[in-house]
Amino acid sequence: MVKDTSFGSRMLDFIVHAVMVFVVLITLLPLLHVVSISFSHPDEIMRGRVGLLPADFNLDAYFTILFENAHIPRSFLNSVVITVTGTALNVLFTTITAYALSKKDLLFRPFFLMLSVLPMFFTGGIVPQFLLIKSLGMMDSVWALTVPVLISSWWLIIMLSFFKNFPQELEEASKLDGCGELQTLIRIVLPLSMAGVVTIALFYGVSHWNSYFSAMLYMRSYDHYPLQLILREIVLQSTLAEQLASQGNAALAEDMSAELTPESVQYATLVVSIVPMLVIYPFIQKYFVKGIMIGSLKG
Amino acid sequence: MRDAAAGRAGTIAGIRRKAKKQKVLLLLLVPAIAYFLVFHYVPVYGILIAFKDFRMQEGQGFLASVLHAPMAGAYGLDHFKSFINGPYFATLLRNTFLLGLYSLLFGFPVPILFALLLNEIRKKYYKSFVQTISYLPYFLSVVAVIGMMKMVLSPSTGVVNLLLTRLGLEPIYFFADASWFRFLFVSSGIWTSMGMGAVIYLAALSKVDAEQYESAVIDGASRLRQMWHITLPAIKPVVVITLILNMSGVLSVGSEKIILMYNSLTYETADVFSTFVYRRGLVELDFSFGAAVDLFNALVNVIFLVTANYLARKAADESLW
Repeated sequence: MVKDTSFGSRMLDFIVHAVMVFVVLITLLPLLHVVSISFSHPDEIMRGRVGLLPADFNLDAYFTILFENAHIPRSFLNSVVITVTGTALNVLFTTITAYALSKKDLLFRPFFLMLSVLPMFFTGGIVPQFLLIKSLGMMDSVWALTVPVLISSWWLIIMLSFFKNFPQELEEASKLDGCGELQTLIRIVLPLSMAGVVTIALFYGVSHWNSYFSAMLYMRSYDHYPLQLILREIVLQSTLAEQLASQGNAALAEDMSAELTPESVQYATLVVSIVPMLVIYPFIQKYFVKGIMIGSLKG
Repeated sequence: MRDAAAGRAGTIAGIRRKAKKQKVLLLLLVPAIAYFLVFHYVPVYGILIAFKDFRMQEGQGFLASVLHAPMAGAYGLDHFKSFINGPYFATLLRNTFLLGLYSLLFGFPVPILFALLLNEIRKKYYKSFVQTISYLPYFLSVVAVIGMMKMVLSPSTGVVNLLLTRLGLEPIYFFADASWFRFLFVSSGIWTSMGMGAVIYLAALSKVDAEQYESAVIDGASRLRQMWHITLPAIKPVVVITLILNMSGVLSVGSEKIILMYNSLTYETADVFSTFVYRRGLVELDFSFGAAVDLFNALVNVIFLVTANYLARKAADESLW
């Protein structure tokens, strides 16, 4: 390609670079700031000396989280349990359902497909959902956060298209060798569809880890709260104090501030809540464009 | 051969034979069918409570207690009437519409512009680096994003207000001031979804034939003209479809983020249909009223979708159906 060196072209390049730098900064700087506050000394934070690097580096906030504030380690564990249980159930049931639905000669296939795709367009809304889960006696248990979101129609369709593209000859060969439907699925189809399985597992996992809303509705005891819900409480408290201050209720705000979670601990909790995400981000990054593309083509 | 023919015949015997042959596959489907029926179709049936005065009955199943609840008024429309004539209706409608509209006006063009500019980058590593960074916020939880925003904007310790006070300005109580709410809502939305939103356009752009650009260069077209005549037409169908979907969502502003952001000081601009449904239906336990407001909102959304689709078909000759 001929290199365009006209003024207009160089101008365009300049704008492109400027925008890209801006995007990268606006995405990373807030994260960096939060991380460095979590590693800074409270006095430096109060004086507003923390910018993009920690001031008076220390790990006190993290020690507080680990050893003094029992809620945070416990809620972290709760989140792990919810995420692992939920994702395992999601992957198991999405895969077997997609496998069955991918068979073109399946009995009543159009009906079953319709049944599983329609929920993308119609929902009963949160009130009937809440009442149902309550009447099923699932409140305050990990099942309330996992079973009602067992299969997402969206990832079901993605998995379905994965299986549809699976070479039929391989399946037929395995059946000729005497494998049943289940054995074919476990021994032949699944190992060769790992890319799809990993994709949906990552996405299901992320959504369990990040969700707070259903936990807020269904988890009654503090001991069962996931990390996101604890983080929400911590943030809400400090906003409440500021709200009082803004109404001129300085004395009351002062009282509240005394009982507040210190800034550095707030920031550290936030960091702890996003670290697992950052750890698996490279894997997500590798798979998700593919996932979205299949979805947008079929959907 | 005979076996296949019988299966195709659609007779009872044929169906039975096919079912027997596909026994394992059908068994694999059982959990999914049960799941969708119980957790998706039963709640749809549960919408009936919007027309009734529902109360939780101890020891009675959900299905039965919905059925036996008394009707709300003669035609079951009492909750709808009292909502529409009630004091909150105008505020909720205005807030929902404006938040949706601003999100659309500012949030819709940003990913397109970002994709267009990314497409101008020729170095592959540079491009994928920026892209990788730009997706990141999408994977952060809404609690973390809003938490971060509240911390950074905090009047006492947040970095933004520290800078303001150093410049000799008064600190701003961002989250206690109703006039800031819409800006905060829309900008945090753009921050989280810009990179992800651009993916679909970049995918469409990757299918453009490089020869088109080459021949445009030979014809002496500047890069801006190439953008206008080649790049933009290439993504037009995707743009229109995304626009229809976004337009139809103008009145379906969700509650998850707003619940984290608003407080009684900002209800005036922040309270929308979905947050009202949550408060009335699930916090104040006025189940039927909450369900009625939710259903009303859903019906308005359908009207928006149909209208947006119609307009797109008229204006740009593209549509969902």
